[in-house]
Amino acid sequence: MDDYESYDVVVVGAGGAGLRAAIEAREQGMRVAVICKSLFGKAHTVMAEGGIAASMGNVNSGDNWQVHFRDTMRGGKFLNHWRMAELHAKEAPERVWELETWGALFDRTKDGRISQRNFGGHEYPRLAHVGDRTGLELIRTLQQKIVALQQADHRESGDYESGLKVFQEYTVTRILKDGDQVAGVFGYRRESGQFFTIAAPAVVLATGGIGKSFKVTSNSWEYTGDGHALALLAGARLLNMEFIQFHPTGMVWPPSVKGILVTESVRGDGGVLRNSEGKRFMFEYVPEVFRGQYAETEAEADGWYADPGKHRRPPELLPRDEVARAINSEVKAGRGTPHGGVFLDVSSRLPAEEIIRRLPSMHHQFKELADVDITREPMEVGPTCHYVMGGVEVDPDTAASPAVPGLYAAGEVAGGMHGSNRLGGNSLSDLLVFGRRAGLHAARYVSELTQRPTLDRTQLDAAAAEALAPFGEGVEHPYALHQELQQTMNDLVGIIRRAGEMKQALDRLAGLRRRADQVAVEGHRQFNPGWHLALDLRNMLLVSECVARAALLRRESRGGHTREDWPGMDRDWRRVNLLCSLDEERLTVERQANPPFRADLLALFDRAELAKYFTPEELADER
Amino acid sequence: MSDERELRVWRGEGGEGGFVSYRLAADEGEVVLDLVHRLQATQAPDLAVRWNCKAGKCGSCSAEVNGRPRLLCMTRLSALPPDQPVVLTPLRAFPHVRDLVTDVGFNYAKAREVPAFVPPAGLAPGEYRMRQEDVARSQEFRKCIECFLCQDTCHAVRDHEENKGAFAGPRFLMRVAELDMHPLDAAAADGLDRRASAQEVHGLGYCNITKCCTEVCPEHIRITDNALIPLKERVADRKYDPLVWLGSKIGRRPRD
Repeated sequence: MDDYESYDVVVVGAGGAGLRAAIEAREQGMRVAVICKSLFGKAHTVMAEGGIAASMGNVNSGDNWQVHFRDTMRGGKFLNHWRMAELHAKEAPERVWELETWGALFDRTKDGRISQRNFGGHEYPRLAHVGDRTGLELIRTLQQKIVALQQADHRESGDYESGLKVFQEYTVTRILKDGDQVAGVFGYRRESGQFFTIAAPAVVLATGGIGKSFKVTSNSWEYTGDGHALALLAGARLLNMEFIQFHPTGMVWPPSVKGILVTESVRGDGGVLRNSEGKRFMFEYVPEVFRGQYAETEAEADGWYADPGKHRRPPELLPRDEVARAINSEVKAGRGTPHGGVFLDVSSRLPAEEIIRRLPSMHHQFKELADVDITREPMEVGPTCHYVMGGVEVDPDTAASPAVPGLYAAGEVAGGMHGSNRLGGNSLSDLLVFGRRAGLHAARYVSELTQRPTLDRTQLDAAAAEALAPFGEGVEHPYALHQELQQTMNDLVGIIRRAGEMKQALDRLAGLRRRADQVAVEGHRQFNPGWHLALDLRNMLLVSECVARAALLRRESRGGHTREDWPGMDRDWRRVNLLCSLDEERLTVERQANPPFRADLLALFDRAELAKYFTPEELADER
Repeated sequence: MSDERELRVWRGEGGEGGFVSYRLAADEGEVVLDLVHRLQATQAPDLAVRWNCKAGKCGSCSAEVNGRPRLLCMTRLSALPPDQPVVLTPLRAFPHVRDLVTDVGFNYAKAREVPAFVPPAGLAPGEYRMRQEDVARSQEFRKCIECFLCQDTCHAVRDHEENKGAFAGPRFLMRVAELDMHPLDAAAADGLDRRASAQEVHGLGYCNITKCCTEVCPEHIRITDNALIPLKERVADRKYDPLVWLGSKIGRRPRD
């Protein structure tokens, strides 16, 4: 066997979930490797703006885990795995408080506790935040905790990396197996282009999302569905991949910045949406399931900011799927802005200095990139691909893949937690809650093993040959294929879907997959972005096909899956999960029953509300 | 709407190489990184450059534009002279890898040398109480996106490779200041004097407050005025106040 290193746990991905998993596994006594596609501290988590949802009740003492759980299930239209939503709501406050002991500095309330802000779909002010750069605070705190652990190791061993090592600018291209179980990872180093192999009995996938398969996206370079594809290739299944969140407010102009995120905090802190006629249109778009929970007049909505006890919430704070569809409809009806969005205005709602204090990054971003001063004029915004609710099928308690022993997934790459639509702020808390659980259970799994898996020469050779294939004879250009893929997904499997278009998308994806076999790159292996993209293409194409296949199959509209030809939400479909798996070259999607709800959790809702989501038979069964 | 621009990119490996000129279409509102992406997609697919978020939040795409350290994603073409080529070079203060990519490992090594936050004994998670006014100072420094432009521009390292061993650079001296100003950091109880170590371990004395770091900071953090100068003042208080000096000699912990 060629050179390889051995670790107890390998974490693939160095965003919030990956770093939290690594910290936990290390604290459980494991030797841990973190594989980081970019430089350490640059992961996509850094882009999260609004905050971390946790029912600490610092601003409104009425909040508790049950209210958070209810909001999360409603946001996901009850397709969430209830056990994940329960664990998430219960454990989020501990995970946030723990960050303070590692040096995080959140914005404060008057009495010195962590301040919490309003957000879409959350009944009470719930998001711990630092201005509008909460993700940066999260990643930096976890990064500095990793460094603290390394400093402790250094004091003991004289080596910073004796217990926990971060491999920067390394990319994993294959999970290695010994029979059914995980045996390690294979990949390449960007700087040298050389291959690396790490033997490890447990692998935690924490690679984030898939947004780079879409043209208009808020996602960064890294979001190419690597973990989703690695899981599929290793024999795991992907759950409910049809659910993709289009964030309602991305920048729309200039073209160079189209898709860049405009935080939901703008609305949480008082910003309103208007169409080109100046109308605050969201009042027209409160769906039946949320009727009664949102204000019906502007006066009532405005009253809520000062006195939430006596007023209902403004409809701008509906869950993201509802707001994104509303904006899409307004633009389609010809009431859009000059650049094809709607107006998001905070300038007439808050004093300039307050806007700069609460939304410094937004102020900076619009000023520097669009010549717009958000303290004086409205922003133009429209939907942008933001988050994938679907992901690796995992056990809700342990984050383990039921199909592949030793494989774990946490954060955006894992499925189930958010159902059909994620609430803002529930992502950062998800990363911490399930990152920790993945690290903990991976460590337990490893310590209970009696025998370590071994590496298999044939798999290593095949992985090396696969990675080098783009240097062979070929005629296709990776950048051109990527652009075609993004256009296809954007146009045909986007925010509003139709059967005919999705079939067309599947044809095009099949064509792109064939052409991707013929991809050729120029230059050599050292820090070659063309080669890197050629390798990413395999992942993006696999995952995009899962999205299109599942979306074609699900004949209803729910959360981040809107069918023009099946516009209603169907209670029978709530019971159905769609699972993608890969058999040799072929992707298949099968239906699987959603596990029945635990009775005490169901009892947190009133029957009239449940009847909107559950069939009468299901509710009769519960009795 | 579309203009043609000349892009002169320094290309090569391990410090060996030279400028290559390209002509490219440029659209309204574009930033330098848009041109680099177009160049990769059309003429130079293997051009090495780091980037992630393209929104000024991750600090990956640091390079020098017309000789000035900048983020490629936040530098608009309209802010550069229209009749001259856009000249791109890698960060000068770090070892060259390929094209616009350098080895920034120096910064990660320095980060490890700054002792981490020390949690106060006797306070459980959830019991931390701090006033907004008291956290605001350190929060300003935590806006840092670690683009390392300040590290690149600081002449104490840019022009003096030999100083790298003893000098942490503005980013990590700011980190020391951040921890020193953290309302609940209990380093002192652990026997760690952050101010003394700023001078003795992290090389604060090499900084002669020319403010170059502040000028290039894309987050507009006032590194010199708010972090480095106050840190110098605190170090000076400690060093030259005879009462503090006496206190430290007779074994009483000096008051803050």
